[in-house]
Amino acid sequence: MLIDYLKLAVNNLLKRRMRSWLTLIGIFIGIAAVVSLIGLGEGLRIAISSQFNMLGTDTITIQASGVQYGPPGTGVVTPLKQDYVDKIANVDGVDFAIGRLLKTSKVEFNDRATFTVAGSMPSGQHRGDIEERINLKADQGRLLRDGDKYKVLMGSKYDEDDKVFGKLVKVGDTVLIQGKAFEVVGIAKNLGNFLMDYAVIVNEDDMRDIFNDKDTTSIIMVMVKKGADMNNVKEDIEKLLRKERDVKEGEEDFTVELSINAIKTLESTLFAVQLFVYIIAGISIVVGGIGIMNTMYTAVVERTKEIGILKSIGARNEDIFLLFFIESGLLGFSGGLAGAIIGVILAKTLAFIGAMQLGTDLIHADIAWWLITGALSFSFLIGCVAGITPAWRASRLHPVDALRYAK
Amino acid sequence: MRKMKESKTKKTIIKLENVWKIYTMGHVEVPALRGLDIEIKEGEFVALMGPSGSGKSTSMNMVGCLDIPTKGRIFLAGKNISHMTESELAQIRGRKIGFIFQQFNLIPTLTALENVALPMIFQNTTKEQRMERAEELLNLVGLGDRINHKPSEMSGGQQQRVAIARSLANDPDVILADEPTGNLDSKTGDSVIDFLTNLHITKGKTIIMVTHDAHVAESAERIELLKDGRIVSTKKGKHHKKHE
Repeated sequence: MLIDYLKLAVNNLLKRRMRSWLTLIGIFIGIAAVVSLIGLGEGLRIAISSQFNMLGTDTITIQASGVQYGPPGTGVVTPLKQDYVDKIANVDGVDFAIGRLLKTSKVEFNDRATFTVAGSMPSGQHRGDIEERINLKADQGRLLRDGDKYKVLMGSKYDEDDKVFGKLVKVGDTVLIQGKAFEVVGIAKNLGNFLMDYAVIVNEDDMRDIFNDKDTTSIIMVMVKKGADMNNVKEDIEKLLRKERDVKEGEEDFTVELSINAIKTLESTLFAVQLFVYIIAGISIVVGGIGIMNTMYTAVVERTKEIGILKSIGARNEDIFLLFFIESGLLGFSGGLAGAIIGVILAKTLAFIGAMQLGTDLIHADIAWWLITGALSFSFLIGCVAGITPAWRASRLHPVDALRYAK
Repeated sequence: MRKMKESKTKKTIIKLENVWKIYTMGHVEVPALRGLDIEIKEGEFVALMGPSGSGKSTSMNMVGCLDIPTKGRIFLAGKNISHMTESELAQIRGRKIGFIFQQFNLIPTLTALENVALPMIFQNTTKEQRMERAEELLNLVGLGDRINHKPSEMSGGQQQRVAIARSLANDPDVILADEPTGNLDSKTGDSVIDFLTNLHITKGKTIIMVTHDAHVAESAERIELLKDGRIVSTKKGKHHKKHE
């Protein structure tokens, strides 16, 4: 019997195809937004988490932070000192610490200039540690070695994007960094990280040379020994740095961050974004539900006579209720289905375009089954809820009045 | 059963006892039926006749279990239906009564076959049974070649024949025809009346026809004349004489 009602409902919806489609739009947009954006967000979250996991959960990152007083731009950041690195390396539980310089620098090639991040490479065994941690590999040529003087490893983008200098940079070319000539020894493999892929990497000595910077460092990476308590190590480092930099607790001009916390921060940010998407999509779906309700009310009025006929040939109130209720639920479900399909296509397309543009596999859509089934059940539910009062009204129509109703 | 119908002591199928129906319009009470008494036996062909405003439609609603009276009692096959709920009434009319309307009242989105099968859905008949019976009935009314046509693709006479087939779907005891010829030309109308007469004679169906047309009413065995919500006279129809 339900099957028969379902058929009648489909029949009715197809009869008023245009209106059915228009009614579906609200639900449709909401579900498409949820499926595509949540799908993309989920893909992004998984990708970023895995990147962080590659970096390891046993890492502590130290950076100087500015305390800003007054108008923007007047804040002063006291840079970290290179000699902290050795002191931190001696803190209990620390395996080793590496300082790196990251500076915005002017890079020139083919008579054109750009400003980008130059990163330093430490010499000795830490070079390998860094390369391993950030998964740095040469796509062409080779990585930097100890003893390389005025040699540079270019980010992958310089071999892919000729807009920067008007032509691509090749191994063996000479580029100017801060006015100094550097020979390109290699092009890095794409890391899927916008900043890193546009960066240039030089040896630490060269970096200090061109910036005339003998004793500061931009970022200190600390590797913690296996089994050591991360939080204790973090507190010890903070204590040390407070003393070194002569600041009170609570007024630190530096940050000591556990990589695991960075993951958590990232995840909570992504969650906030997803929540926002849910809310927007939720509003759209509720509006869609109201649209369905409106359409169903119209249908009840339009089909008053039909309801009278159905009642005269033996349809009970509950049969009439079910007929309209199913039709309404079906409207919601169809909107959800169309939305889910478009959402998946949209997510995959966006991910594809993103991957093409950035040349990275970082952006991909991860459409989970719970997302699809959830979206479909929710839209069906909305349709059903929207249909309750119209269906109830239809079922309560008096057969005599309904039969007499003239269109 | 057949024997009983033919015997003089026919069972009463519908009985209205002192039935009143009062509509309230604003603050004024308008009685449409004022103590209507009528008894219809199984297998009878009765015409309810009267001018407009005589209570014809209201009495047909009562007889057809579409409405309950303000006062008085209605029995259908011995059961008092005066106080039944709407859903109970729906079940009873679905099984016991087949309606034929002046406006045909087919569902425009459904084909002839689906329209005829529709009443059976509400009686939980299986799909195979429904389709078989609907096709059989459409053949019976001579529309075997039109089963997949929508009402809009058929003439008035054809639509009314689909409606007749539909009224027979659940094999009801009573066929209730409300001005069945009202929207048809006289020739088509006559053929519809002939068909009803035929159903009455060959299948022994009880037929109650509401009409204002004296010519149409003549086909019935018995003509009850309504005026001001009450029966004012009873006479025998031509058909009755013809078959006696």
